[in-house]
Amino acid sequence: MKILLLGIVDAVVVWAGVGLGTQNAYALLSLLLLGGVGLNIAILSRRAYPLRYLLPSLLVLFGMVVYPILYNVYISFTNLQTGNLLQKSQVIHLLENRYAPAPEETIYAYQAYLSDKDELLLLLTDEQGQHFLSQGKTLEPLRPDDQRLVTQDGTTGLDVPGYHAVTGPALYQLLPRLETLAIPVDNATLRLSGIRQFKTVIKQYSYNPKTDRLVDLQTAISYAPVDGRFTSAAGKTIEPGFQTWVGARNFVRIFSSAAIGKDFLRVFLWTVVWAMLSVFLSFSLGLSFALLLNDRKLHFRLVYRTLLLVPYVMPVFISAFVWRGMFNENFGIFNRILGDLFHVQVPWLTNAMWARASLIMINVWLSFPYMMLISLGALQSIPDQLYEAARVDGAGAWRRFWSVTLPLLMISLAPLLIGSFAFAFNNFTLIYLVTAGRPAVLGAATPAGATDILISWTYRISFQGGSGNNYGLAAAISILIFVMIATISAIGFRMSRHLEEVYG
Amino acid sequence: MARFAALLRRWGPIFLRRFPRHLLIWIIIAYALFPVLWIFSASVNPTSSLSQQKLIPDHITWDHYRTLFTDPNYPFATWLLNTLKISGITAVATVILCALSGYAFSRFRFTGRRVSLLALLLIQMFPQMLAIVAIFFILRMIGDYAPALGINTHLGLIMVYLGGAMGFNTYLMKGYFDTVPRSLEESAMVDGATPFQAFVRIMLPLVRPILAVIFIIQFITSYSEFILASVLLRGSEQLTLSVGLRFFTEQAFERRWGPFAAGAIIGGASFLLIFLPLQRFIVSGLTRGSVKE
Repeated sequence: MKILLLGIVDAVVVWAGVGLGTQNAYALLSLLLLGGVGLNIAILSRRAYPLRYLLPSLLVLFGMVVYPILYNVYISFTNLQTGNLLQKSQVIHLLENRYAPAPEETIYAYQAYLSDKDELLLLLTDEQGQHFLSQGKTLEPLRPDDQRLVTQDGTTGLDVPGYHAVTGPALYQLLPRLETLAIPVDNATLRLSGIRQFKTVIKQYSYNPKTDRLVDLQTAISYAPVDGRFTSAAGKTIEPGFQTWVGARNFVRIFSSAAIGKDFLRVFLWTVVWAMLSVFLSFSLGLSFALLLNDRKLHFRLVYRTLLLVPYVMPVFISAFVWRGMFNENFGIFNRILGDLFHVQVPWLTNAMWARASLIMINVWLSFPYMMLISLGALQSIPDQLYEAARVDGAGAWRRFWSVTLPLLMISLAPLLIGSFAFAFNNFTLIYLVTAGRPAVLGAATPAGATDILISWTYRISFQGGSGNNYGLAAAISILIFVMIATISAIGFRMSRHLEEVYG
Repeated sequence: MARFAALLRRWGPIFLRRFPRHLLIWIIIAYALFPVLWIFSASVNPTSSLSQQKLIPDHITWDHYRTLFTDPNYPFATWLLNTLKISGITAVATVILCALSGYAFSRFRFTGRRVSLLALLLIQMFPQMLAIVAIFFILRMIGDYAPALGINTHLGLIMVYLGGAMGFNTYLMKGYFDTVPRSLEESAMVDGATPFQAFVRIMLPLVRPILAVIFIIQFITSYSEFILASVLLRGSEQLTLSVGLRFFTEQAFERRWGPFAAGAIIGGASFLLIFLPLQRFIVSGLTRGSVKE
């Protein structure tokens, strides 16, 4: 039974694999093979029993995380961007099918005929009145007295049994098919050039795989592939460009190009400030509230705690919109109150400094409940004897907090704070939904606004570039972000292990 | 009267001593709840414009809720259903897959186990959204061959979410399985259960709390996820709530404030309905991870 099912699955895998293989989709093919082979091993081998439990998770993990990461690394070393999206082979194919008008142009009128089996027949007539017959591949001259030619009302048509003339709306439906035709004549090619005519054209480019050069057949200028574009010796390029390996150039550009480097530095600094202030302020606030609530004799303690959790529980995208409305410069509640009381209007989200401050305020509101929650937990684990000992030694409340509470809290909370830092570092949703990185910065080389953090900057370079989307550069920046996050996490990991040794 | 005086004598000092603290706490609660009250007030205010909203409405109306569900340009109900569907399926699938893989890492000893665990730890550090460009291209490629899994499909998005959920949750699961003694399954196997039966019948019921935690964590994550959904979904019928609301507020935010507020309240409330019954698991889970007793 098991074997039978496995056989069926294997058959499907092989069938799909052959399909993918013939279409050159090697990436997908390898994933499919990985899954297929894994499944067989898991079912057939006794030693690989654990694989039966692991395989589903491993497959989605590979397909949707590991493979994208590797692919991302690859993209960061290419010039993938608007204008360079196609593969080189696709571009060559495209250019080789590009035509120029022939030196001695001949125009053919045509009449199309279709058989019942959808076979195409064309009657072409040149300017001298000479008729030709074509099935789309070759051109066959017809003698004026050919029996298949019928003249009626001054126009000549074909009369072939089983074929009917295509006219009117049906002709329009046929046009896409006619457009694909390229009928060779003498030194040129016949291509559709209007609704009612074919024209002689000649191929514009020819590609030589041995020399890797594209030659313009009319001017005999040879184009070499340079930086993802076919470029002549004189520096003339042919659009479109193609993807190509550019080495570490994207990384070098971030640091060496003055313009991009300036954007990077500004965005990076703001990202760090944003993450640090967010964590510091929300932790200070959360800890103070936790101290206030950390009294077992306090009435309604649970009610208070639940109410204070609300900002944490609201989905971030909803809170972000609500705050955006409240900070609205003309109609928001804050400016209405300030306007009524003091006649001032604060540019909450439109001035660079204010927008940054507003974002931090919003993030503090969003994250203080989490800080409060973890502080409460940690506060309860501090033994009372320590406070008593401190009191006996004559320490006041203030001194007890700084010398006993805070150091002990930090031991258990430091790794979590580092985690929060990493989270704020990459808090795309909040930034994007509240300000979308705006206000814009004049003179920025990339779409980097005043409140853009690294991750939102990457997103905008990828998907909202003013001069097109630069995926290669964005991928390179995202790898830098990963390195930073990994460093932060490693420190956090180290610290928690280190502290565990100290504490327990 | 005498009784009241006695009560006052008994409780008065305590109240006075405690009063400042309670007042302070209520001020903090006001800070925490103000935006929520404000948005709720906007959702029942007769005006739909941000500029005319009053905190206490002249009279209460449910018009904005009605608008929200009848506007043909902004299929809010569809967005809500899409979101619940995507988050629900992702959360259930995550629980199943991570229970399986967590169990394997906890119970079986196989070659490459330590390396895989380490690799998993590294991988889950990488925020999936950083590879958004690559994910976009991969889904487009998959979509060429299997349209049901490509760009702009819910299944494709669920697959992406699932991939992102594996690392962290497998770890969580493994940790919990480690705390359950092996002898329980061993006795089941002595009684003739296959390993898989022992896993399903004995282990899964025992680890129900962690299954609930993973379900909530994943549900919350997918429910509020914005960036992946915004890149991978197009066409207003396909959107999730987060992307849809963004789309809704992109233009004329000030004038659509009322219907938006109603949407925010419904979005937040449907989320709370799922979260609140399960919140005690989260709170204990958070503190369990952070505090050493």
